[in-house]
Amino acid sequence: MQDHKGFPVSITLTAPPMPQPQRQSGTGQAQPPTRGPLISAQLADRLFAWLARSAALLTLASLLGILISLLVGAWPSISTYGLGFLTNSAWDPVQNNYGGLVMIYGTLMTSAIALLIAVPVSFGIALFLTELSPAWLKRPLGTAIELLAAVPSIVYGMWGLMVFGPILATWVQQPLQALLTGVPYLGALVSGPPVGIGILSAGIILAIMIIPFIASVMRDVFEVTPALLKESAYGLGATTWEVIWKVVLPYTKAGVLGGVMLGLGRALGETMAVTFVIGNMNQLNSLSVFEAANSITSALANEFAEAGEGLHQASLIYLGLVLFFITFVVLSASKLLLARLQKAEGARA
Amino acid sequence: MNAATTSQKLLSRAALDQARGRRYAARKRVNQVALTLSLAAMAFGVFWLVWILWETLRLGLGGLSLTLFTEMTPPPNEAGGLANALYGSFMMVLLATFVGTPIGILAGIYLAEYGRRGWLAPATRFVNDILLSAPSIVIGLFVYTVVVLRFKSFSGWAGVVALALIVVPVVIRTTENMLLLVPASLREAAYALGTPKWKVITLVTLRAARAGVITGVLLAVARIAGETAPLLFTALNNQFWSGDLSKPLASLPVTIFKFAMSPYENWQQLAWAAVFLITVAVLALNILARVLTRQK
Repeated sequence: MQDHKGFPVSITLTAPPMPQPQRQSGTGQAQPPTRGPLISAQLADRLFAWLARSAALLTLASLLGILISLLVGAWPSISTYGLGFLTNSAWDPVQNNYGGLVMIYGTLMTSAIALLIAVPVSFGIALFLTELSPAWLKRPLGTAIELLAAVPSIVYGMWGLMVFGPILATWVQQPLQALLTGVPYLGALVSGPPVGIGILSAGIILAIMIIPFIASVMRDVFEVTPALLKESAYGLGATTWEVIWKVVLPYTKAGVLGGVMLGLGRALGETMAVTFVIGNMNQLNSLSVFEAANSITSALANEFAEAGEGLHQASLIYLGLVLFFITFVVLSASKLLLARLQKAEGARA
Repeated sequence: MNAATTSQKLLSRAALDQARGRRYAARKRVNQVALTLSLAAMAFGVFWLVWILWETLRLGLGGLSLTLFTEMTPPPNEAGGLANALYGSFMMVLLATFVGTPIGILAGIYLAEYGRRGWLAPATRFVNDILLSAPSIVIGLFVYTVVVLRFKSFSGWAGVVALALIVVPVVIRTTENMLLLVPASLREAAYALGTPKWKVITLVTLRAARAGVITGVLLAVARIAGETAPLLFTALNNQFWSGDLSKPLASLPVTIFKFAMSPYENWQQLAWAAVFLITVAVLALNILARVLTRQK
């Protein structure tokens, strides 16, 4: 026993990953030199595991913290208005009367327009990247689309306000107005001052922003389709489109839906790009897509820092809570749908 | 009789062939239309990227000058720069990265190395994916109620906390993914030498996944460099130079927001210059991150 002390090799060897507690009590007196490092290694191990675990717990806690702090902050408003807040369209800081309908409508409407544009385009991009693109183009094009996702939202906002809005007003809104004046409903839908600000421009910019997210999820799930399935369909004489539409899409529909949900979650919560172009006006009188409106995020961005403590601030936090709840549900659905595809993938492999 | 049936057969055969041919031509047409549309969609996506970058370049380059880095944000219609905003952004991004990265890496390690069973790892993974896409303005609200209300003041520190909360999920996600790519044989070899688990993780697996983890941190930095919403009611804004993080602090994105929405020409020009700086920084970080992982 004493001889071993001189050999460093034996010291490392007597520190196995699985500790044997009985041995310690049995030979406790016999080998004090090796016992010291052994215990500290165990301690370090436990400490490290504890650190890692608490970091994970911290992540969980931050979600709970967000929920609780929003609930507490919004409580004055929740207790005053209850769920009626969601259907009340008044927003009047002077009279101290608040309702969220205008903002909730704006958020849902802009996101709907964004999805309407982004889903088909993303599908086309994913189709191009998986089936059509020559191999040497795949990587640069994929990177370009992913860089589109990396551009900060404030850049989109600035661009939308200064560059895109005026162009939309001149080349889309004015011709449409000229065409549709006098036509019932449709005429009202495109009315409004020609400045390129409103729900439609916000929706289009949101669409550009979420295309990369949806497209890259779609591309990834298209690529998990077994080559065997696709080749069988090609072998039966199917065209590329038929393979995509009748084989790949049914196989990956959960994942595709998950990607769409992910995009929707992003669109609902996007702040800066929307705030720049939506016009920030609390009105529901005109449902025109060219009329200035408001969304939850832009109301928060514009009013929160100046809102007086009390019902005004609480109502804004209530709006934030509603937004968080909606995105939480949408993103959870996205996660579950994508996980389902992964499970199917795992079962097959 | 016999001849008649043969000719009938031939006729119907010809008709069938014709029908099939038409059908095939129609299918081919549909295919061509679909593929053309797909090509158009791809062009549509790239078109926006090119357009946005082009406008940023065109309008941003005009405002670039050395005074951007030496002078403070000016009052309307006066010359000035962005020095205080640049400094504020730099400090907040730096500190948020220092706070968020260790937490993110540790939690990522937990998910990849410890979370084999039990409820904590799946729950954390789920919550992390939600936080990754959660509206950043809600994170601003959270920090407002927890930090700003507590200390009765908007402050740079509140901004740091808000940004750190955005760094964590990004780093967790990449760290976990990169650690899972490290071959199990590497770990087993280290264990077989009697290495304690924490040393295996820090000296073997984490080191093997180094490039990927750094990529995650870079992506997180790129993400928070352009974040505006969480700073609006945490760090607020400051027109003057302030090195004090317990006071309101200017930042590049919030300055852009304020200047771009204003009617003053010089403010808008500065906003474009700031947009240019942010875009270049963010895209450079993203490309650097990509290059790092590709070498791996």
